[in-house]
Amino acid sequence: MQPIVQPGMQPVATTFFFYFLSGLTLLSGVLVITRKSPVHSALALIFGLLTQAGLYLMLYAPFVAGVQIILYAGGIMVLFLFVIMLVNLERSQKEEQFNKQWLIGLLAAIALGALFIIVYVKGKSFFPVGIPQPIESNNTQQIGVMLYGQYMFAFEIASLLLLVAIIGAVVMAKKRI
Amino acid sequence: MSPIGTVHYLVVAAALLILGVIGVLTRRNVVIILMSIELILNAVNLNLVAFSRLWGLHGQVFAIFVITDAAAEAAVGLGILIAFFRNKETVNVDEIDLLKW
Amino acid sequence: MLDYITSYLGSNTTPGQAGNVFWALVYIMVVFGGISVAVMAMNWLERKALAHFQIRLGPMRVGPHGLLQPIADAIKLMTKEDIIPSEADKFVFWIAPLIILCASFAVYIVVPFGPTHAITDLNIGILFMLGVSSLSVLGVVMAGWASNSHYPLIGALRSSAQMVSYEVAMGMAVVSAILMTSLHGLGAYGVGTGTSGTGTLSMIGIVQAQYEQQVWFLFKFFPLGFIAFGIFAIAMVAETNRAPFDLPEAESELTAGFHTEYSGLRWSLFMLGEYAAMIAVSSIAVTLWLGGWYRPFANALTGDTWDLVFSLFPGFTFLALAVIAFVGVVRMPKHPYFRVQTIGLAGFGIVLGLIGLILFAPPVRDRIQDIFWFVAKVAGFMYLYIWYRATFPRYRFDQLMKVGWKVLLPIGIGVLILTAILGVVL
Repeated sequence: MQPIVQPGMQPVATTFFFYFLSGLTLLSGVLVITRKSPVHSALALIFGLLTQAGLYLMLYAPFVAGVQIILYAGGIMVLFLFVIMLVNLERSQKEEQFNKQWLIGLLAAIALGALFIIVYVKGKSFFPVGIPQPIESNNTQQIGVMLYGQYMFAFEIASLLLLVAIIGAVVMAKKRI
Repeated sequence: MSPIGTVHYLVVAAALLILGVIGVLTRRNVVIILMSIELILNAVNLNLVAFSRLWGLHGQVFAIFVITDAAAEAAVGLGILIAFFRNKETVNVDEIDLLKW
Repeated sequence: MLDYITSYLGSNTTPGQAGNVFWALVYIMVVFGGISVAVMAMNWLERKALAHFQIRLGPMRVGPHGLLQPIADAIKLMTKEDIIPSEADKFVFWIAPLIILCASFAVYIVVPFGPTHAITDLNIGILFMLGVSSLSVLGVVMAGWASNSHYPLIGALRSSAQMVSYEVAMGMAVVSAILMTSLHGLGAYGVGTGTSGTGTLSMIGIVQAQYEQQVWFLFKFFPLGFIAFGIFAIAMVAETNRAPFDLPEAESELTAGFHTEYSGLRWSLFMLGEYAAMIAVSSIAVTLWLGGWYRPFANALTGDTWDLVFSLFPGFTFLALAVIAFVGVVRMPKHPYFRVQTIGLAGFGIVLGLIGLILFAPPVRDRIQDIFWFVAKVAGFMYLYIWYRATFPRYRFDQLMKVGWKVLLPIGIGVLILTAILGVVL
């Protein structure tokens, strides 16, 4: 996948950055699921989200990277940290962390991974081969045109979804309705 | 080393998804289960954006919608957690069994 | 290797866009050093200006007129005992000030000091700045939680709720400024056909759009640009937890809020991060509404003579500062105890005068223009911050949240809708 380079987004040391960023993302994923304290897991997840934004930048998707940093790392994770602070989790940190059927869960996940590998190896010939698109320098403008043109309906439904989520969260967390 | 292709990103996304699935299936703490679900959604996003390199910007638009959905779902899920914590003072999923016989 | 270094010198883009890692690192170190010096100067200026507002003198002893006070403060903070609360989570306690510091400093990658004087010019520049500066909320929350005591926890919850609320209003104001970059037409109401405006999120592009539309966005669609600027100016003060919105960290309210349990060097990291964030959001305001690095009347008064007149401003500014320093020397008491201070202040005045004279030389004069006007506008905002702190009483927390959600956000949405309507109609 040799990209056709236009001025403005020069690739610099692509291989190194890919292995570096994806290694950090996977490491943070492992830390999320193995830490005892939820705050440490949240910190690891924030780090993983930021390195994933770096991976999006490497895929020439700057707008999605920006949205990931603002919404995911700066919004959703703040919400998680608030709830972790409100829900006093001292007692649960001294209890057993993994549940009783952890072995079956692990085997099921490994089976899922094996399924992915089999699908990729056997089924790759079924799908058409894609051609790398030329890199545009106005990524944001084109995404905006698509969002407000072709995906307008989905955009409006997403705003309704957010309204429902706001009302739902407020109702769930109130002491007296 | 071979030049970085789409397959490399797909492998990273698949690994993240499996890590998220392990987190959901094996942990007892509800907050960490919700964070593992966010890991799964991130893996899907990485897949979408990796393929949008080959097939146009539709993948990136879909990824933006997925991030919006993740925000809504995290808010509602944490609201449910707070409501339940107020009743039963625990955040372990295997103690949330009020409907058992 | 040598031509890798010199190949950049002829280009007219930022080092990040040219892909030149060496010059990007040089720019990063220059910006980092400049911001650190600016934070120390801001510390001194705040104490002196607040003192003069309150008809007292402020620090006068440490250096001449307290000029070495920030250095004494830094030495004091570095030599204090590092106290960690007993049940505190050590890792989170350690990393919280680092997150605030990194988030506040990473913003400077896209701040444009000139048409090519930025570390890089991301084409999502303003989105990056807003996003990274919102990461400092995480540091605040973690600092409060890790201190394992209730005053910091309440302070952190209040502070982060305030920061998140005012980020929404900031976003509305920023979007209405970005809308203006996509307009054609010249002048304040954009009538007539001028340049073909392409909307852009890059910081350098926003300033260029103001130049091409021949009006600062402050005056565009008057009063809409003005109101948007006002919303941003208020929201940025609340975002950085400064007076009059400093309930979470005021000393008489919550015993210093989320950084109560931090002592010594860790506390100085919080202070460094706060001042760096102030300078960062001020530079957003300058770039979006005040025309960035362009001198006043860049389009109205053109021509060689006007360029010459305006290019003399940096030199005259430093000469005026040198004159003030010499007036201070003359007014020093004639007592042998003050001899060292008098000599120090005279030396400082001579250094300022020399810098002023250097800035009159033609090669330096042409290159320093952009940086000087940008820094001068940001310095004006810094003075405004100190003025607010001296003048306004503090908002109570529920009043603060009410202003953020019920006053600024509706006005912001209204300005956005009106700007969009005017942009389409005109």
